[in-house]
Amino acid sequence: MGILEVKNVGKRFGGLQALGDVNLSVKENSVHAIIGPNGAGKSTLLNCLVGKLIPDTGSVMFDGQSVLGRKPYEINQMGISRVFQTPEIFADLSVMENMMIPCFAKRDGAFQLNAISSIPSQKDMIERAEHMLEDMNMADKREMHAGSLSRGDKRRLEIGMCLSQEPRLLLLDEPTAGMARADTNNTIDLLKQISEERDITIAIIEHDMHVVFSLAERITVLAQGTPLVEDTPDNIKGNPKVREAYLGETQEAA
Amino acid sequence: MGLNKRDVTLLVIVAILCLFAPFILNPFPEGSAMAQFNAGYPDLMQRLVIFGIFAIGFNILFGLTGYLSFGHAAFLGVGSYAAIWMMKLLTMNVIPAIIISVLVAGLFSLLVGWISLRRSGIYFSILTLAFAQMSYSLAYSVLTPITGGETGLQPKVNDPRILDGALAEGQTPRANLFGLQMNQSYEMAVGDWVFTFNAGYYLAAIVMLIAFYISIRIFRSPFGMMLRAVKSNQQRLNYTGLNAKPYTLAAFVISGMYAGLAGGLLVAMDTQVGAERMFWTASGEVVLMTILGGAGTLIGPVLGAGFIKYMENIVSKINKSILEQWFAFMPDGIEDLLVTLVYPFIGKGWHLTLGILFMLVVIFLPGGLVEGGQRVGRLFKRKKPAGDKPDGKTTPAE
Repeated sequence: MGILEVKNVGKRFGGLQALGDVNLSVKENSVHAIIGPNGAGKSTLLNCLVGKLIPDTGSVMFDGQSVLGRKPYEINQMGISRVFQTPEIFADLSVMENMMIPCFAKRDGAFQLNAISSIPSQKDMIERAEHMLEDMNMADKREMHAGSLSRGDKRRLEIGMCLSQEPRLLLLDEPTAGMARADTNNTIDLLKQISEERDITIAIIEHDMHVVFSLAERITVLAQGTPLVEDTPDNIKGNPKVREAYLGETQEAA
Repeated sequence: MGLNKRDVTLLVIVAILCLFAPFILNPFPEGSAMAQFNAGYPDLMQRLVIFGIFAIGFNILFGLTGYLSFGHAAFLGVGSYAAIWMMKLLTMNVIPAIIISVLVAGLFSLLVGWISLRRSGIYFSILTLAFAQMSYSLAYSVLTPITGGETGLQPKVNDPRILDGALAEGQTPRANLFGLQMNQSYEMAVGDWVFTFNAGYYLAAIVMLIAFYISIRIFRSPFGMMLRAVKSNQQRLNYTGLNAKPYTLAAFVISGMYAGLAGGLLVAMDTQVGAERMFWTASGEVVLMTILGGAGTLIGPVLGAGFIKYMENIVSKINKSILEQWFAFMPDGIEDLLVTLVYPFIGKGWHLTLGILFMLVVIFLPGGLVEGGQRVGRLFKRKKPAGDKPDGKTTPAE
């Protein structure tokens, strides 16, 4: 049994069958990548996992509990954190505040009317946020406006925010999309370090083969809403079906 | 008090301004040509601080979460009605009236907020506007037995008032604080100047300071940080395990209670209520106050409220003959021309002046009067030799 079990999940938008019959099992403490050409249903699948979409059929179990019908914040409280394709941070707040909010969410739950205590008096929360900023090499930027960070730093901050909740499963949606090669490599190194140092399962949706093959232990190839094959990176590289799926895409694009 | 140094300084400055308002607002001697710009009379001073409370509360919702309510006058009105009923049924002492006005407005805003917050953005604004207009219409028509309809309500001699003793013959019920009447004033004459110290004003000012202190605490609390997070990125908030709805609802109810408090104080100062204070223009006014002063800043709403109430009461009182007096030293033709040019902007035309000022502020000072103050401050700082700090601004502007 994996920590995340997706069984027979299907999702239809009007006439379009976005997901056919998806089965997926993500092993605990592994790095699992989901790849596929444009329109393969990668994002739809991810949205079904975090509560943004509810699949028409099938089940999604996280650690033995169903996530279906729960709201995104409830699923997050179960231990699933999500990193977005374009970094979603609190752009109007300082870097430090960005890091403190998930710490509070972890400690106090989905809602706490903490209107009278002051932030400086929350020593344990400050310590935790500072610690995470150091881990992310961002301690010198703590008073900066998060919106004025560089693209790469925003990504680091977002990953740090997710990690400060100590999630059991980290979902990443094309974390290096639109990044320069140097930033991409930094992100790869960061993710490698995270998966080595922490008890965490990482599921990653990615377009960039370089990223996938340097990180993943297992790869699922999705095409036209159904998993084509699931295997180790080495076997995926040589698989003719995968080549066909990707080759087909390049021909269309040309 | 759990505040940092800068906030304590701000609170102390506001307290000093409130304490000495009767002097500060009366800079011109009685009988001089400028005396009409004096604002140091009780009625106006009371309004300045009471609408300050209203705007401080509105800012907790709009400034922090970004949810723009167009119906907050309804809570002010409901608070006023609750207060006047306390005065009719219980006692003319203002304490129960003020407490009940806060509670009733809180309950009403819980209902309105619970429904309106199902939507966000423009739909939320329209829902709150609809609720406020419904409340206004109901107060005018169906609910006449409770609200007095068009005539409104005021304490009558033969009201029950179970906590007060019977009134002596020929006495009218007056709002008081344990015997201290709200309209009681002490006048101090210094040379040509007359300064008025009014009991009601000082009560309202103390309540305003408490309300201001609570608002600073909310701004600096983890709850306040969450509210700013709601405004900044709801998507990230949801995916960080936080439920935005109870946060926004709590902010809505708190700001509704502030509005109720302002409504209760209005009744404590001037014991009458009419439905017109729930009209949508009153809801719009508090939006203007908050934006004009600087939404999301601590002191901005108070400044905005003071500014608008001052304009409303002072500019609107300038009439044609006063203008003619001002320009009397000019040659005849030019005098007439100037009077004709300025006339549309004064008296009943004060809204025109306000509208132009509002446009100028929104276009050139999006952060409101507070941003204007900061720019002036920075201008002075730059003239000094460069300090060790490259820029004093490290925390978000308050």
